[in-house]
Amino acid sequence: MKFRYLPMTEEDRREMLSAIGVDSVDDLFADIPEGVRYRGRLNLPDGLSEPELVRHMQRLSQKNTTFDQAVCFLGAGAYEHYIPSVVDHIISRSEFYTAYTPYQPEISQGELQAIFEFQTMICELTGMEVANSSMYDGPTALAEAAGVAAAATRKKKILVSRTVHPEARAILRLQSRGLGLVVKEIPHKDGITDMALLEAEADEETAAVILQSPNFFGNLEDVSAAEPIAHRHKGLLVVSTNPIALGLIKPPGECGADIVVGDAQPLGIPVQFGGPHCGFFATTRPLMRRIPGRIVGQTTDEEGVRGFVLTLQAREQHIRREKATSNICSNQALNALAAAVAMSALGKQGIRDMARLNLQKAHYARKRLAQVPGVSPLFDRPFFNEFAVKLSRPVGEVNRRLLQKGIIGGYDLGRDYPELSGSMLLAVTEVRTRGEIEQLAEALEGLL
Amino acid sequence: MNPGKKLIFELSKPGRVAYSLPEPDVPAVEPEEVLPGELLRDAPPELPEVSEPDLIRHYIELSRRNYGVDNGFYPLGSCTMKYNPKVHEDVARLPGFARIHPYQPEETVQGALQLLYELQQYLAEITGMDRVTLQPAAGAQGEWTGLMMIRAYHESRGDTGRNKVIVPDSAHGTNPASATVAGFKTVTVPSDEKGLVDVEALRAAVGDDTAALMLTNPNTLGLFEKEIQEIADIVHQAGGLLYYDGANANAILGIARPGDMGFDVVHLNLHKTFTTPHGGGGPGAGPVGVKKELAPFLPVPVVEKGEEGFYLKEDLPHSIGRVKGFYGNFGILVRAYAYIRTMGPDGLRRVSENAVLNANYVMRKLAPYFDLPYPQHCKHEFVLSGKRQKKLGVRTLDMAKRLLDFGFHPPTIYFPLIVDECMMIEPTETESKETLDRFIDAMIQIAREAEENPERVQDAPTATVVKRLDEVTAARKPVLRWEKSEKAQ
Repeated sequence: MKFRYLPMTEEDRREMLSAIGVDSVDDLFADIPEGVRYRGRLNLPDGLSEPELVRHMQRLSQKNTTFDQAVCFLGAGAYEHYIPSVVDHIISRSEFYTAYTPYQPEISQGELQAIFEFQTMICELTGMEVANSSMYDGPTALAEAAGVAAAATRKKKILVSRTVHPEARAILRLQSRGLGLVVKEIPHKDGITDMALLEAEADEETAAVILQSPNFFGNLEDVSAAEPIAHRHKGLLVVSTNPIALGLIKPPGECGADIVVGDAQPLGIPVQFGGPHCGFFATTRPLMRRIPGRIVGQTTDEEGVRGFVLTLQAREQHIRREKATSNICSNQALNALAAAVAMSALGKQGIRDMARLNLQKAHYARKRLAQVPGVSPLFDRPFFNEFAVKLSRPVGEVNRRLLQKGIIGGYDLGRDYPELSGSMLLAVTEVRTRGEIEQLAEALEGLL
Repeated sequence: MNPGKKLIFELSKPGRVAYSLPEPDVPAVEPEEVLPGELLRDAPPELPEVSEPDLIRHYIELSRRNYGVDNGFYPLGSCTMKYNPKVHEDVARLPGFARIHPYQPEETVQGALQLLYELQQYLAEITGMDRVTLQPAAGAQGEWTGLMMIRAYHESRGDTGRNKVIVPDSAHGTNPASATVAGFKTVTVPSDEKGLVDVEALRAAVGDDTAALMLTNPNTLGLFEKEIQEIADIVHQAGGLLYYDGANANAILGIARPGDMGFDVVHLNLHKTFTTPHGGGGPGAGPVGVKKELAPFLPVPVVEKGEEGFYLKEDLPHSIGRVKGFYGNFGILVRAYAYIRTMGPDGLRRVSENAVLNANYVMRKLAPYFDLPYPQHCKHEFVLSGKRQKKLGVRTLDMAKRLLDFGFHPPTIYFPLIVDECMMIEPTETESKETLDRFIDAMIQIAREAEENPERVQDAPTATVVKRLDEVTAARKPVLRWEKSEKAQ
């Protein structure tokens, strides 16, 4: 069988072996002891030609129901949005996608500048002073923020609201076990963090108060109210947010947040079954040297021309090893580029227009669904593009019947919040039409 | 300062847009009507205002100021910069993979779950492990995941005093950093004069506080740890576990398996060995394989096959918990799956044979011109030292920059730390003999220049869009974002 990615011919092989001074390729593996040599043939399917592969992958993909085949009202941390066509054209440039981390700045100015621009855009959206070049995803960025807060304050207690995404809290718990931190969850009240309980729990041991706004239920938190609670005992305020919502809502930086994290997925990145997405991490200048991951900085070359480099590397694992601020080296650079292109396409006006459309569609949908007998809004709070409703029948059953009508229903809140069982979280972004919202309402009318 | 290439913010002009959204088909609610004023933003974010043609020209120009594997040879040691197949980009973008939600009912994502399930099986077979999790987003996250499982394993046996992780002095920096994040202390053992783990030093280092040894095999010098069976025995007899850093797995596909060498936990970098693109720094994927003793501690969810099809299992009572949002970097996993299906068992073995052949060929050809600290056959990569050139006033950094003028990406430099003026060269299997010969010629010319015309090398690069950049000032006086006021300058 021929392998199209392997250029070596038999003639090449002979010439090279002769130059090396061995008789066979096997001689080059002579240092692998017989006891650990694998002498079998790996039990894997035989190789496929390109047409066979494409057919196989198409068949596999066709076993999945896509957003084009069913109307999707799922959000809960991953959202279907308009992706400007330019995004995929730019990230498909192989100068970008086949490059490594820009260790050689002279031949990586394109990537470095694009990331410098990304960092600036994230600062603008979040109202923060510095941002890094991206993180694995929003939930892991949140866990890293807890680590940074603990290191910066030399304290170990992390207060996290139960309105933060359940998966982010799960990752935080695991990360905290490794770092020796103590995580305490603050209950929700009427769809937002119970500020009285937060205040009662915050003390001089508290390294961080972590909120999410819009929170997991879609509601906007009163971030400004949490600020004095976090800072009174010299803890940090960490806020996880949705970048599109920031087109309309007050940036956490203006509410006193010390670290702002989130996922840039809504900006130009496909949902793709949950990843790869693109975490972001923004903070204040005093915390700059504690940021995990890569950071791009501006400088000049020998002739005074502006250029960009990876900087503040003294934080990082390849220099500091066990004393590094984090073990992260890879990030999601290509998705940060996608998000930067999407933010450039939307621009100052578009981010606001997009946010407003989300707000309008979601508010219309909530109002319309509230007219359906058996559906009642769960909370009465300011919200962005997601909201929870209580149903008169079990969520699982409702979702099964919606699917028969070509609708992927909302997220079953009972999965993570037993006290909210029977409630469904619905996301209505700008891609949903009035007709589709009507379709959902009518389907629910038929089955509740 | 000469501004050079403009930033996108410097192209901005009020009123220009590069997006197109429909008019609302629902009643136009104003934000002020439904959100309290104190929650609203006062001033819009300073995002650029550009038209679509301007946007495209800006980013295309940036792309032309960048260098990827598709532009040329990229022998960056331990990074495995092999060719990224184009068909993978196509299949990963199929709507059935790109336009599905992680919380959809399982019966509507059977194709995605099947792919994940089969990839778990394939990677287990390739590494000789019993179970695999696909969740970690990168090698470093895989290391941390593996170490958290090792910790849980020891704790489950009431063996709570194991707080040390041993790494060789040639290890990747992520190994000790991951150990710290997982709550362990790092103990470093030296390499011997042959570049391999000093077995006696290891014997002296292990004890009842040893949680694990982290090892790359072949190691970062490109050498196979021949004493691996003895190393495994020493660690296991001390009650520790063996962790395999899969950064160098491209040398051993179908030739040797970490599971057969005695490793208990393995991570793979799909963006190295399995051709998924590096993307300028990510996204990648770092799946972790384990022996059955560690399977109860796998992160949730795992993909299982039942009578009614594939499903996600969340209920694992001893699981360490969750390491990443949703199910890992699915789009990357699709590409790696496509690669394994394309190559099959024979192709993967051929990959490693050719990777090792290429590395040895370049090494022997360059040996007369540079210091070769470890002269035995290498595996997929090898190290040279620039000691000889350093005496002439030419540093390894200079030679790396000079390679840029020849149109090559330089090797990894100054790593591993145990080799003076180190150059770590990994050609990979997807390069032709002609490409290798051109690189060899360039390296020989640079060695000659170091003797005859050192300024030529010291002044490099001259053919790039910027000259050497001032990294010291960048770190001392960090400018990490564009400020609007700079427009005036």
